[in-house]
Amino acid sequence: MAEYALRIRRFDPESGEAAYWADYTAELPPERSVLDAILQVKDREDASIGIRCSCRAAICGSCGVRINGRSALACNTRIGEAAERARDGAITVEPMGNMPVLKDLITDMEAVHWKKVRRVVPWLIPAEDPPEGQEYIVPAEAMLDVTQAMACIHCGVCVSACLSLEVDPDFIGPAALAKAYRFVGDPRDGEQDARLQDLAEDPHGIYDCTHCFACVEVCPKDVAPMNQIMRLRRRATEDFEIKDQNNGYGHEKAFVNIIEKWGTLHEAQLLPRSFGDGSLVKGQLRPSGAKQLTENLPTIVSGLRSRKVSPRKALIHPKLPDQKQVRRIIKEIESKDERLELNLYIVGEMGAEEEGVMAEGGLEN
Amino acid sequence: MPHREHAAVDAYQPAGAHPGLDRPAADSHRDELPASDHAVLPPGELRNTAVREVLCEFCIHAIHKSERTPGPPPARVLAGPRRGFHRIGLGMPEHDVLVIGAGLAGQRAALAAAEAGASVGIISKVHPVRSHSNAAQGGINAALDPEDSWESHAFDTVKGSDYLGDQDAIEIMCREAPEELLDLEHLGVTFHRNEEGRLGKRAFRGASAARTYYVADITGQAILHVLYEQLMKHHEVYRYEEWFTTSLLQDDEGRIAGAVMRNIRDGTMELFAAKAVILASGGNGQIYDPTTNALICTGDGIAMAYRIGAPLMDMEMIQYHPTTLAGLGLLITEGARGEGAHLYNAEGERFMEKYAPNKMELASRDVVSRAEQTEINEGRGFADGTVALDITVVPRKRIHEALREIVNVGRDFAGVDITREPIHIKPGNHYVMGGVKTDINGQTPIPGLYAAGECACVSVHGGNRLGANSLLDTLVFGRRSGKHAAESVKGMMVREASRAVLRDEERMISQIIRRDGAGRRVSEIKAELGETMDRYVAVFRDEAGLNTALETVRRLKDEARVVSIDDKGSVFNQDVLGALELDFMLDNAECIVVSAIERRESRGAQYRTDYPERKDDEWLKHIDVSLDGGVPDISYSEVTMTQWEPQERTY
Repeated sequence: MAEYALRIRRFDPESGEAAYWADYTAELPPERSVLDAILQVKDREDASIGIRCSCRAAICGSCGVRINGRSALACNTRIGEAAERARDGAITVEPMGNMPVLKDLITDMEAVHWKKVRRVVPWLIPAEDPPEGQEYIVPAEAMLDVTQAMACIHCGVCVSACLSLEVDPDFIGPAALAKAYRFVGDPRDGEQDARLQDLAEDPHGIYDCTHCFACVEVCPKDVAPMNQIMRLRRRATEDFEIKDQNNGYGHEKAFVNIIEKWGTLHEAQLLPRSFGDGSLVKGQLRPSGAKQLTENLPTIVSGLRSRKVSPRKALIHPKLPDQKQVRRIIKEIESKDERLELNLYIVGEMGAEEEGVMAEGGLEN
Repeated sequence: MPHREHAAVDAYQPAGAHPGLDRPAADSHRDELPASDHAVLPPGELRNTAVREVLCEFCIHAIHKSERTPGPPPARVLAGPRRGFHRIGLGMPEHDVLVIGAGLAGQRAALAAAEAGASVGIISKVHPVRSHSNAAQGGINAALDPEDSWESHAFDTVKGSDYLGDQDAIEIMCREAPEELLDLEHLGVTFHRNEEGRLGKRAFRGASAARTYYVADITGQAILHVLYEQLMKHHEVYRYEEWFTTSLLQDDEGRIAGAVMRNIRDGTMELFAAKAVILASGGNGQIYDPTTNALICTGDGIAMAYRIGAPLMDMEMIQYHPTTLAGLGLLITEGARGEGAHLYNAEGERFMEKYAPNKMELASRDVVSRAEQTEINEGRGFADGTVALDITVVPRKRIHEALREIVNVGRDFAGVDITREPIHIKPGNHYVMGGVKTDINGQTPIPGLYAAGECACVSVHGGNRLGANSLLDTLVFGRRSGKHAAESVKGMMVREASRAVLRDEERMISQIIRRDGAGRRVSEIKAELGETMDRYVAVFRDEAGLNTALETVRRLKDEARVVSIDDKGSVFNQDVLGALELDFMLDNAECIVVSAIERRESRGAQYRTDYPERKDDEWLKHIDVSLDGGVPDISYSEVTMTQWEPQERTY
């Protein structure tokens, strides 16, 4: 048993007052959850604190909040660990971000998250009529592959943590895009091409993700939404060759080509190459290239101002000393028959398998 | 796109545009988000600067060119959900079929009723995907394999029920299981496959053959989410999410006429008219502490039906699950034992050898729970009143593939890596086999009132439910209820329901809210109830204990009439809902205890230390409880037998 100070963000929409912080204390063992602590405060002290919760076991996805500023489920955040990360002695609990607050810790998931989910046409559109009296025959790996996306409980924690969503509220967002992969990766679905086309061309679609890993870090179910978005991109670019209006295709190609050539990012070449599907020459020759370059002048100017690029750096970009190694890595990845996919349902935690092999080997010795 | 899909999808479109599949969606998405939604975000909470920095780490050429790229003209992609009232003129919202509860049974019923041409409203006190069906980890039983047979599945179920299940209902469930399973697969559930790409299965306890189909250990969640996908697709089903049902309504002739609801978001009360009402409101595990059940499982539907005179059946049959975490009561799926995990006592003995030498850990749940409790009671458990479940014998790859969820539960809630060490578990409250008495079409004796899923008692589970039969029960009888309700109300007029009930309910709730703080807190009464039930109405019961429990429950009922309330508001007043749920729970508890006192034998989950034998001559019958003059009244009904005579039950 230990005593914990909780600082909960309260908001009563009927009072006409602004949101405020209220302090409480809870007494429970450190391995219990923040939700347990909040429920204890509700039970003993003030039952008017609003929080959605149901299963207490991180399967219903009700209790998404921000604890010490970090988005998480209250039920699978241990109170002891939260106390260690508390900044000024009190564990702060506030409603999730990127969503309107209805009361106290309750946010309007419908207004943001569920609208975005419906945006990705979230139901199976089978390629063909179901076989009479039997199931669709599909590879076992394919079903395991989409299971990671199926594991999403729609708690909204990634939506809350998403940095892209903060800048662009129209971004379809990590959870909804993970849901999209659940259909794109499902061999029974007949509209993969159209789905990917749609998500690639949407200015707020798959190329609106900035790779910040926030969703991967906070997801309580290891869905790794960003990984699912990257898989959507890979399928869009490599499998379907979708050259989208957002230039996501070209940007990706340009990035890889530059790294292959220099080992580090050659900032000045990234933009022109992006317009030429990765090729500098093609980027220069395309009539649209010049137009897009002009459009991007403000970005270039701000880059020059912040000294991220300079005329000298633009012309001469040094190769990494052991550039050969980079090339070797790229070659090795490209030579693989199958794309390397990190899927927890197939390989387990990173390294767990190797450790297991080592442990078994150890036994034999 | 195939033409037929256009039709389905177009129904969603106000202006005939395709849902973003045929052409880029441009700013469609923006249209859906009213500006006001963002205005509500607390000022100063946006951290734009941080975002720019993140972008810079990768490159300065921001790929976010969205605002400047001329795209196709904005197209509205999907119409918003139909969350508003379905009103005729200025009258009350009305539907042919009103489904209360949006777990598997409710969603399946709603889809079946809509398919049969009814206008359907589905109401839930939580968002549908928060429903407790999520917790069904293990899988769904179906005799799909040509080498298996529905008769074998049915016999296992009958035997598992300790012969208290109605065999006609069990036959229907087992016969329709394969088709139901295939329907789900066709809708998109990502069932585990074998090497040939066909549906793969695992073994479950109490079953003579491996016939459990699954999605890793998130089967319930996967099915729930896929059904919700279908609800989003079928716009003809009206969803009322976060509405709390306070009571059921009847017309002058006693036929169901609708229900009274409270909109949790703003506290307004509304009368919903319906020609038929399907209760799919789940179980009542919250009357026990600890329990594997979610906080929402408060037996609302069971109590509401009981209050308008519907009989409840088999209420004494409360399942204790053999593998729950001590303290919190969280569930460790039986899939673990299905995959080969072992049970040990503190002396390292694999004790199931003594109790079920053939089936070992895969014996029926009541048998395993009693075995564990006996070990614990006789001092062979660990100090924390538990025994050990050893999953390390299952290959690690298989654990990651099929038991991932309990790896998380072990890590997050017990601090144990189940792939490396045994985890301490004990029997814990899990499921109520009893519920609102229905026939094989889900009809209750109240005309127009149906029940399906855990809140119903068909009875397919009898004295003990087999693992992976509950999902099947919800789906088969959910579908049958929905279909039957839709067909039976065709051509029927909307029933006349008095608005007086609505006013009564409004007054009742505002009285609760206005109450001063003199009474006990809801949480105190609930805690005492949970402790009492877990102490006296658990794995082992006797008359003295049960009488103590009944006394306590009745005292708590009195105290609950004057509970104190902290929250005086209308928006998300969870406090007042807690008080209403407490009343529902106490009604459930009273019926359970009264039935348990009545059954003076041991059968299935009911084990009476004062009557340790099963007595078929006297007690091979259902105990029905109905409300009579404010107190539960007991009567009996026959168990339907078709082809299986009672035998001694060994595993």
